[in-house]
Amino acid sequence: MNLVRLIRCVLAVCALAVGLPAAALTPEQIDKLAAPGSDARAEALNSIAAAGDESAIPFLSALAEGNVQTSVSLKKVLIVIDGKGIDAVTGKPVAKLPEDLDEVVANNVFRRELAAAIATLRLTSGDRAVRLAAAKTLQDETESDRLPLVERAIAKETDADIKALLERVRANLQLNSKDKTIRLAAITSLGSSVNPGTKTILLEMLAKKGGEFVEPDADIRFAAQKSLTEVEGRLTKGERIGQVFSGVSLGSILLLAALGLAITYGLMGVINMAHGELIMIGAYTTHVVQNLVRANAPDLFNWYLLAAVPASFMVAAAVGMALERGVIRFLYGRPLETLLATWGISLILIQAVRTIFGAQNVQVENPVWMSGGVELLSNVVLPWSRIVIIGFSAAVLLLVWLALTRTRLGLFVRGVTQNRAMASCMGVHTGRIDTWCFGLGSGIAGLAGCALSQIGNVGPDLGQSYIVDSFMVVVLGGVGQLAGTVYAAMGLGIVNKFLEGISGAVVAKIAVLVFIIIFIQKRPQGMFALKGRFADA
Amino acid sequence: MQRRGFLKQLAVGAAVAAAFSYGPYAQAADTIKVGILHSLSGTMAISETVLKDVALMAIEEINAKGGVMGKKLEPVVVDPASNWPLFAEKAKQLIGQDKVSVVFGCWTSVSRKSVLPVFKELNGLLFYPVQYEGEELEKNVFYTGAAPNQQAIPATEYLMSKEGGGAKRFVLLGTDYVYPRTTNKILRSFLKSKGIADKDIDEKYTPFGHSDYQTIVADIKKFSAGGKTAVISTINGDSNVPFYKELGNQGLKATDVPVVAFSVGEEELRGVDTKPLVGHLAAWNYFMSLKNPANDEFKKKWAAYAKAKKLPGADKPLTNDPMEATYIGIYMWKQAVEKAKSTDVNKVIPAVAGQTFKAPSGFTIKMDENNHHLHRAVFIGEVQADGQFKVVWKTPGPVKAAPWSPFIAGNDKKKGEPE
Repeated sequence: MNLVRLIRCVLAVCALAVGLPAAALTPEQIDKLAAPGSDARAEALNSIAAAGDESAIPFLSALAEGNVQTSVSLKKVLIVIDGKGIDAVTGKPVAKLPEDLDEVVANNVFRRELAAAIATLRLTSGDRAVRLAAAKTLQDETESDRLPLVERAIAKETDADIKALLERVRANLQLNSKDKTIRLAAITSLGSSVNPGTKTILLEMLAKKGGEFVEPDADIRFAAQKSLTEVEGRLTKGERIGQVFSGVSLGSILLLAALGLAITYGLMGVINMAHGELIMIGAYTTHVVQNLVRANAPDLFNWYLLAAVPASFMVAAAVGMALERGVIRFLYGRPLETLLATWGISLILIQAVRTIFGAQNVQVENPVWMSGGVELLSNVVLPWSRIVIIGFSAAVLLLVWLALTRTRLGLFVRGVTQNRAMASCMGVHTGRIDTWCFGLGSGIAGLAGCALSQIGNVGPDLGQSYIVDSFMVVVLGGVGQLAGTVYAAMGLGIVNKFLEGISGAVVAKIAVLVFIIIFIQKRPQGMFALKGRFADA
Repeated sequence: MQRRGFLKQLAVGAAVAAAFSYGPYAQAADTIKVGILHSLSGTMAISETVLKDVALMAIEEINAKGGVMGKKLEPVVVDPASNWPLFAEKAKQLIGQDKVSVVFGCWTSVSRKSVLPVFKELNGLLFYPVQYEGEELEKNVFYTGAAPNQQAIPATEYLMSKEGGGAKRFVLLGTDYVYPRTTNKILRSFLKSKGIADKDIDEKYTPFGHSDYQTIVADIKKFSAGGKTAVISTINGDSNVPFYKELGNQGLKATDVPVVAFSVGEEELRGVDTKPLVGHLAAWNYFMSLKNPANDEFKKKWAAYAKAKKLPGADKPLTNDPMEATYIGIYMWKQAVEKAKSTDVNKVIPAVAGQTFKAPSGFTIKMDENNHHLHRAVFIGEVQADGQFKVVWKTPGPVKAAPWSPFIAGNDKKKGEPE
């Protein structure tokens, strides 16, 4: 406390001498903070944080953001923002920036300390959101100098959530207290934490060094072990949720990629090797729409996807229909020739895109609302982009289902696939239905491309990596069945992610392929098989 | 009138051409052919395309100043398309058919390993511009990128130091091929020598072009709860974009778990929102943000070249370490040819040894007299919000390369020069 008083006195003297509203920091402190070398810096920072003077925040923030520069010729520390300099000591603007400015480098460690110091100072802020953020930042803090300030903040705090967070911070700070009962109480209260950092702290208490426990007191170790088990249980639950979520997310991507194929291959029986390229065309359409929106209406940039979704559907559907009219319709009933022809087309499409857009990947930026994530538990963050794609694929699935079961086109499509001759006799223009149906499948591939552009790279080879997966899903699910495709996509996604957690990405991929080979041998018709005459044809 | 004028010009032109082409050689021999072997498509195109461009820029620059020994350089560009066997085929074509005097190329170690037999058999000359895992010293190759002791080891030491965060657990994450596997083998043995137990090291690999990093980032989070953790990433190619996007989306901050990357530079971060990545690290021998006259000039030249050639991304021209290494390599080869007074590979190889060049990294870089590697300074930089790196640590001066890492058993018996 003496130190605090001393600093206050110095500050007051400074303020009087300069005749300005209280300058937050002494020149010595500022010099120390601006000088490289971690020890003196950290000490200065700790004393500032312990003093609890909020007026130090602007300078500390400037340090964290890399806006503090030193000048040897002026012998001054400046805060430089947008080319305008302010003297860090006096707060007065500097007329002309000197030539020899040198940035004060804040590395990770120092930035972390700065964030903790700023958070400590903000604990008494009037704004609830600011206090909440500050309390969250301090969750892993173990610097016991901060204890008085945290105590003071707890005493003043009225919000229950923040208070609970702060009490956990206090428990952290009390872990190295001299009083054993305080320590025990602190360790026990940490058991209620959902923070991965708590696990780290507790593990450190239980660590051994050279055969000896770091912590000599057996009671403390026992309490720490108990709290650790509780925390770990809670963290494991979070990890499970995360695993299932990433499985569902991969499943939704597989579903999107395979849904179009479920129509062109599943319903129409066309082995379309160019399916991946239709996905790629959808992704490039998204890229083009993005650029158009950026060039013509930059204000609406965050909503460019609303235009990109229909555009990618249209473009891919148009390409697909052109393919069907131009090539595939002459090859119905000749699967081998179809396979070769569509493979050739896929190479032509890849090369065409390479010629137009270049061989390098193109940029597709996420809109702001799709970056970041929602924090479910402290160790599970669900990224918005994934959530949006799961929702999107569910919506596409619903629309496809409606189109096939509730519309006239869907009725004709089902009629033609079940019995072409009879449908034709009833006056259905089967050739036209084939074109529309292929267009629908291709359009959905385009939608998949639009979604994929948000999470992966967009390049000419994009389709190649999805074609195998798409066929895998459709064949596994059972040709001719939408429901089968859905189950297969979700199943593969979750199994893949589960295996990846155990054995790593490379082995997981191999294991899934081996599984499919065995499955198809045992059950060539897939999970769900069509019954009746069509299946025999 | 017009026709006569045209005829006159034609005659003058022909006379001039005849005057120049007079000599013992046919006109075609008045150029020196230089091969450029970089993937311009496929997963590695993100990194390699600019190396082709910077090589062309250096060649143009040399030609503008009169070429090498009075002869112009003639670049022969081929695209091996990130396809490793195709690298060997294209290399054979460059040396065998096009008769190039030297080849600048390759990024991944697997591509270098694939072309090695070709260069040995046909006695070609390769300048390899990328940091790599070492464990190799070929007479026909000059390595202008870093060996492990010029990048991986100092970076790991930094992460373990107090300044770098004092990491006690390490995730070694890489693409599944020879460079990450060997580097991680070296790092594992290095970490063990520093007292880090096997349970505190987690080695993970993903296939080339992997794009779903959800599980991996979640695993890193889980692993990091066991103690202060750092990630050492040897992910190569365009997989880096989804990896860093996922890091940002899942909120894994550099202040908690720093990621140091050995194959991510300014170019790879183009197209990534770098705001959530601030503080993640990269170790290189050059950063665009270095302040010195040589680098200012290099950046200026590159910006002008990119603009003149309308290269993609010319609105935001970026330079990086392998570009600098390519640039150094071309100039060292030029100096060596001038010293040897011949483009003959057998005469050029001894002449390259000991060459020096004032490099954009701010040091006068020397090619080692024996081991075909450069002496280079090591920088560690943190990612900034604008996609640039700020140097937070550097070696006091150039470090000699140790291609045979002492952390791999049996290397102490190997000679420090090609056999």
